[in-house]
Amino acid sequence: MKLPIYLDNNATTKVDPRVFETMTPFFLETFGNAASRNHSFGWSAEEAVDYAREQIAKLIGANEKEIIFTSGATESNNLALKGVFEMYARKGNHIITAATEHKAVLDACAHLEKQGAEVTYLPVQGNGMIDLEVLKSSIKDNTILVSIMYGNNELGVLQQIQEIGAMCKENGVLFHSDATQAVGKIPVDVIKDNIDLMSFTAHKMYGPKGVGALYVRRKNPRVKVTAQLDGGGHERGMRSGTLNVPGIVGFGRACEIAIAEMDKDAAHTSRLRDKLETELLKLEESYLNGNKDSRLPHTTNISFKHVEGEGLMIGIKDIAVSSGSACTSASLEPSYVLKSLGLDDELAHSSLRFGLSRFSTEEEVDFTIKTVTEAVNKLRDMSPLWEMFKEGIDLKTIEWTDH
Amino acid sequence: MAYSEKVIDHFNNPRNVGTLDKASDQVGTGLVGAPECGDVMRLQIEVDNDGKIADAKFKTFGCGSAIASSSLATEWLKGKSVDDALAIDNMEIVEELALPPVKIHCSVLAEDAIKAAINDYRVKQGLEPIEQEKSIVH
Ligand SMILES: Cc1ncc(COP(=O)(O)O)c(C=O)c1O
Repeated sequence: MKLPIYLDNNATTKVDPRVFETMTPFFLETFGNAASRNHSFGWSAEEAVDYAREQIAKLIGANEKEIIFTSGATESNNLALKGVFEMYARKGNHIITAATEHKAVLDACAHLEKQGAEVTYLPVQGNGMIDLEVLKSSIKDNTILVSIMYGNNELGVLQQIQEIGAMCKENGVLFHSDATQAVGKIPVDVIKDNIDLMSFTAHKMYGPKGVGALYVRRKNPRVKVTAQLDGGGHERGMRSGTLNVPGIVGFGRACEIAIAEMDKDAAHTSRLRDKLETELLKLEESYLNGNKDSRLPHTTNISFKHVEGEGLMIGIKDIAVSSGSACTSASLEPSYVLKSLGLDDELAHSSLRFGLSRFSTEEEVDFTIKTVTEAVNKLRDMSPLWEMFKEGIDLKTIEWTDH
Repeated sequence: MAYSEKVIDHFNNPRNVGTLDKASDQVGTGLVGAPECGDVMRLQIEVDNDGKIADAKFKTFGCGSAIASSSLATEWLKGKSVDDALAIDNMEIVEELALPPVKIHCSVLAEDAIKAAINDYRVKQGLEPIEQEKSIVH
């Protein structure tokens, strides 16, 4: 076993060697511009892009003409939200999203609010799920778009996408989903799910960084977005810019592998995830964050009460994970996602997110269980809060000095 | 962000973790910070009859820099007179541990904890608490 161990696969994944191999000729040999229409370099590049487009479309049940290449999910989210807002301005200005969305969605919404959009940020329940009744009652005559993520990047919680899609269809409202964490990990089908626009990215599914896609529905209804970059009018006018051919080829290959191996990957990661989670939850005062019954197969998020997450990460320095703590940020604010579950700040500061991959091994998980357990125990021995808890002192009754 | 070697050393080998008898007149306890801010420090000093700090202990809930700042503080406190201890400035901790700007609040907290412990001791001894200027660094 090699150290350090990578268990931060919700942040990004290693490129699958098979993907890497498929990409290499497109740097040195087939390096043409896919938009060059008058020589073989361009034709070969275009052919490769077309093939990748098919592979990607197939993974999500779409038509290849519905795939718009972008630089990643951040751009896809921006294009979806801003592009719909501009294109459908005459229909309305109301957008519905949720408190636990990725910053790329929330900040794009905040931007649009300055441009006159009315945005509803749905709260989530304690398990991270949106209440469909609340969503339903938020849809108004001027609602043009609902943007709800498929799987949450911090918790792994999966929303009821099919139900939300159906509700949007019924109400004649467009439905965008940021499916960055879900595509390639679980079956995602834009037809079954009634999704009109969908963002996803290669680097969360064993593909390269810097390439993503926006699915834009062409039938029932035909959806259009206003381009956000001015230029050569690539991607059916929706996204100008020379295509990242090696990246796109790698993205396509990653999708092809996902189609073939998704079941195997999901079984592998969920088995290891469940083992890791079960063992870590045996620690006293440790809590699972998010809905256990509706989530991605490879993710778990656990709070270890009275231990601060960032400190804990130093204690497990051979293991790469993420924490909901944000001791480094100027605001000292812990994760807004955890807080929107109603977690108190201390528990939010005490959380770790583990994300497994198809490359994770049992040995790595066993090492992680042992290391995290030891570090939590060591830090609790050092924690005044743990001592008070053990003495039966209610921490809520103490007058803390804020600083 | 990478931690300095000194922070890592204090984190891995914290000096003087523990608890002194809070009820003793010779012991001063300072508890500063707040759980919702992600750091809480408890620093205790035991003062001998000559006014020297004979022992110091800490427990900290917080990031590596917070743990290192309080560990270092206990190291510095031991053997000092109470008056000299009062003169410890957070910037000395910043320098010693090479804390980056975002972690300066950890050193401020350690300084606050020292002052709070000394004041607790002073009050027990029937002395006036020292006026504390409100720290401005967050
Ligand atoms: C849910 C979600 N949306 C969007 C993004 C941004 O993706 P990208 O890095 O491709 O811009 C991420 C990844 O950080 C994510 O997890």
